[in-house]
Amino acid sequence: MKNALEQIRREAGELLSAAADAKTVEELRIRYLGKKGELTGILKQMGSLSAEERPVMGQLANQVREAIETMLTEKTDALRASALAEKLQSERLDVTMPGKVRPVGSRHPLNVVLEEAKEIFYGMGFTAVEGPEVEYDHYCFEALNMPKTHPARDTQDTFYITDDIVLRTQTSSVQVRTMEKQKPPIRIISPGRVYRSDQVDATHSPLFHQIEGLVVDKGVTMGDLKGILETFAKRLFGEDAKVRFRPHHFPYTEPSAEMDTMCYECHGEGCRLCKGEGYIELLGCGMVHPKVLSDLGIDPEVYSGYAFGIGLERIAMRRFGIGDMRLFYENDMRFLGQFL
Amino acid sequence: MKWLGEFVDPGVGIKDFVAGMTMSGSKVEGYEVEGGELQNIVMGKVLSVEKHPNADTLFICKIDAGGAEPLQIVTGADNVVPGAMVPVARDNSVVHGGKKIKKGKLRGELSEGMLCSLEELGLTLGDFPYAMEDGIFLVEEDCQIGQPVQEAIGLNDTMVEFEITSNRPDCLSVIGLAREAACTWGKTITVAKPRVKGGAGDVNDLLKVRVENPQLCLRYSAAAVKNVRIGPSPRWLRERLRASGVRPINNIVDITNYVMLEYGQPMHAFDLKHVSGAQIVVRSARDGETITTLDGVERTLSPEMLVIADEAAPSAVAGVMGGEFSGIYDDTQVVIFESACFDGPSVRMTAKKLGMRTESSGRFEKGLDPENCMPALLRACELVELLGAGDVCDGVIDVRNPPAEPRRITVTPEWVNGFLGSDIPWERMVSILESLEFQVEGNVVIPPSFRGDVELKADVAEEIARIYGYNNIPSTPMRGKAEGIISPQQKFEREIAALLTAQGCYEIVTYSFISPKGYDRIGLPADSSLRKSVVISNPLGEDTSVMRTTAIPSMLDVLARNYNNRAPEAALYEIATRYVPTEDGKLPDEIKQVMIGLYGGDNDFYTLKGIVEALLAKAGVAGEYRRVEDNPTFHPGRCAMVTVGDTVLGILGEVHPQVCENYDIGAKAYLAELNLAELFAARTVELKVRDLPRFPASTRDLALVADEETPVGEMQKAIADVAGSILEKLELFDVYRGKQVGEGKKSVAYSLTLRANDRTLTDEECDRTVQKILKKLGEIGVELRG
Repeated sequence: MKNALEQIRREAGELLSAAADAKTVEELRIRYLGKKGELTGILKQMGSLSAEERPVMGQLANQVREAIETMLTEKTDALRASALAEKLQSERLDVTMPGKVRPVGSRHPLNVVLEEAKEIFYGMGFTAVEGPEVEYDHYCFEALNMPKTHPARDTQDTFYITDDIVLRTQTSSVQVRTMEKQKPPIRIISPGRVYRSDQVDATHSPLFHQIEGLVVDKGVTMGDLKGILETFAKRLFGEDAKVRFRPHHFPYTEPSAEMDTMCYECHGEGCRLCKGEGYIELLGCGMVHPKVLSDLGIDPEVYSGYAFGIGLERIAMRRFGIGDMRLFYENDMRFLGQFL
Repeated sequence: MKWLGEFVDPGVGIKDFVAGMTMSGSKVEGYEVEGGELQNIVMGKVLSVEKHPNADTLFICKIDAGGAEPLQIVTGADNVVPGAMVPVARDNSVVHGGKKIKKGKLRGELSEGMLCSLEELGLTLGDFPYAMEDGIFLVEEDCQIGQPVQEAIGLNDTMVEFEITSNRPDCLSVIGLAREAACTWGKTITVAKPRVKGGAGDVNDLLKVRVENPQLCLRYSAAAVKNVRIGPSPRWLRERLRASGVRPINNIVDITNYVMLEYGQPMHAFDLKHVSGAQIVVRSARDGETITTLDGVERTLSPEMLVIADEAAPSAVAGVMGGEFSGIYDDTQVVIFESACFDGPSVRMTAKKLGMRTESSGRFEKGLDPENCMPALLRACELVELLGAGDVCDGVIDVRNPPAEPRRITVTPEWVNGFLGSDIPWERMVSILESLEFQVEGNVVIPPSFRGDVELKADVAEEIARIYGYNNIPSTPMRGKAEGIISPQQKFEREIAALLTAQGCYEIVTYSFISPKGYDRIGLPADSSLRKSVVISNPLGEDTSVMRTTAIPSMLDVLARNYNNRAPEAALYEIATRYVPTEDGKLPDEIKQVMIGLYGGDNDFYTLKGIVEALLAKAGVAGEYRRVEDNPTFHPGRCAMVTVGDTVLGILGEVHPQVCENYDIGAKAYLAELNLAELFAARTVELKVRDLPRFPASTRDLALVADEETPVGEMQKAIADVAGSILEKLELFDVYRGKQVGEGKKSVAYSLTLRANDRTLTDEECDRTVQKILKKLGEIGVELRG
């Protein structure tokens, strides 16, 4: 009997190691360990053994069973591993093939920059306010120290609807509306469309976008104005952005200034882009004119403020290296698709 | 720069000068060295002129241009004579326009350069009246052989172009800029007082002046010159005019222009013989009165305009333009110089109304200094004597309002520094102000008469700041606390944009104004209320002449442009404002729309509807869709309006084939236009999370047969109504039309997911629900497919 058990173990080992698939392994399991299997057959003969032999043979039989079971498991695992390896091998892809594209949309570059600019100003405590584009002359000009006879009106060629209603030439009109309703402290930006009767070319458009800012509070200084605009330029164009402030004239600010950024082509050396100046004009700004404040019932002896107006197209052109303003309004998908 | 140099020496090179002026407030647009492009052109003396052996129209000249050997140059001009001094463009030289000259052979004869005409030096007859227009420039100036041409003919000045802001008319002059330069570099400016000898009799014997409207004519001063000798001005004067872009005409006219450029005071010269009654009247124009101005145009005047008249008729529109008889010609005997000061706003309105902006009106409208009239007038007389252009009469006529009280502005250093955020010592402030010719008495600052723009202490602060240097004021980071608030509308708009971007749409930005033809193109009937637009009274052109009442034409334009550019498919959106007129004299309503446009690819009506549904889902709005058959922009069978409750959110559909044709779009196009404000108002404000299901769901599939005309929406509504809260999901998975379901019928297959949140539904319960649904569907003629 002992020999029979040894032989079963040997035989099973040989057959299993030769087995090539799961089905053969299962057949061998049934053949040796099944209810009618060979090992079971031998165990049925246990009753004919003597009381001394029985535990010895029982132990041996169990050892053989365990050995076979282990071999079965190992074989099964090995087969599964090789089957998996084979499957993985057969599923190899050319990973350099192009991906499957899901449609992706894009924001318009002007709004990409607008959102960025808004985020910067939100971070500095500004609230965005909107107002009408078709506007009373009063809010667009008169309340900004520009009566009808003012020569500065010629610098903003205006579209008229009637004598008293215009397409706003600047979003400063929103500042006036805000100051009319709200007492200081005021800290707002007013983004939106503005209109001037300029013929379309690479740097002009009869419609463009502005972000104007207004801060009115006690003790606001020109140094504050400079500080905030320098921060804005750095956040938008990078920490190494260099700016300068140059005297200018706007009827609604005093002192007035224009802020230039260092030319990104020549870095201040002077080139064709900046017409040899080394700097490119970016925005206009200044301390709110005392007449504007007092006309709106804000005492200029108590409060002071600053305002600035940023041309969105100009900073978007600077940001993305866009050479022609017309691209913004043509909406060619080959252009838009670059802002994914 | 030579002219400026008469008054001040900034003591810096041109580059520093330009940068310094810009930073102190006189922005330099650019500068140019006169004759800078001319290279290697020198003066030469003609030694001999001979006919070219092989060409009848050419001459061979020997020229001494300062070299060891004379140069041989072939020329086509026939005015060259031996002994003349001529500009010689030598081998490897550059003439006007950047043209390079090299030595070569002309008809077999060596030519070592070229002799230059005026044009080749960039000059005209106005610069050198004695020259010949189409011959070689035979130079009559003092010059040496071999001398660079620029030096020889005074073509070596530097011209700087400034952008002067409208508040500084005083800087529209050489003296004004010299003053700015002096202050910028801490130098002193010297303006000599004009000296006039006179001696030709009293001016008051020749002319009387009466000002009837002193509100509009603040000062009228005049001087007279007898025995006028009209002729060209001397070279130095012509050079300066030319460098300033003014064409020299004759000595008297040139003097008026010269003084205007130097002093910033517009001058007018006219012939006394045209002043009838020797009496000048400055008065308001009479209604309907006409004048033919110097440019030959007859103009009708109105009473708010100011004219210069004699006894009979107006001879000039004050501050704008002279009349046709006010010119100075060769037969002029007695010249009157007028140096006046007119009210700025009045000149501006007059010039605007007459549609003629002139150099003079452009200056007056900015508000000039009455105190500048007299020095300018005397300067003109001085120049007449200097040029020998006539005999100046004694005395001047001067009719004026009393001088305005100088403004006194109280300023403290604490206030200035507090306003600027600076730390400038009072002494420095005073020195800046004084160098700008302000008087400082204690804390009172008195601006000079030519600085009408300085009224308030903020103006004084600006003067100090710009000379001190804006960039020397320390920048302070944002101070004080404030909360930047994004309003719910702004946030919503941003979310809508993000969603549409995620749906694969490109955002576009279009003009708010359109052509009224756009309304025709989208098929609006003639009586459509949408045709009533806000109209621009002075548009650039028809294409941009009305404010759109719908954003559909803008979107179709962009779709068409991309189609034309061969983009195979497009998915675009815009958050676009439309402008709807209200009452006359009131502002229009500005309504924001979400505009979506598609064409090509797999896009169809349901693609568009899917995007709209996603948009509504984002807003948490359950919209209803109803068929629209009568919107002329859309396909009558493929258009729906979206509503929520009683509110119409918008419209969506396939673009009418005729409209596509109008836009040359050769594909099916789809448009949706939704009202953003209504969508915002209808949105679900708070998002509450549902618990994840704890009990199993049951599914039931239903294959239904319905009439072709029965909308699926109606069937779904019936199912949802009956099933109530246990209907978790209703999915349409197939629509079939064919023989098996019969003519005029369709089969619609649904999968229902049923689930209760408090128990496991039994099969019986589910079956009962399905039976109820079928009963209800039966009422609208929908049967279970057999």
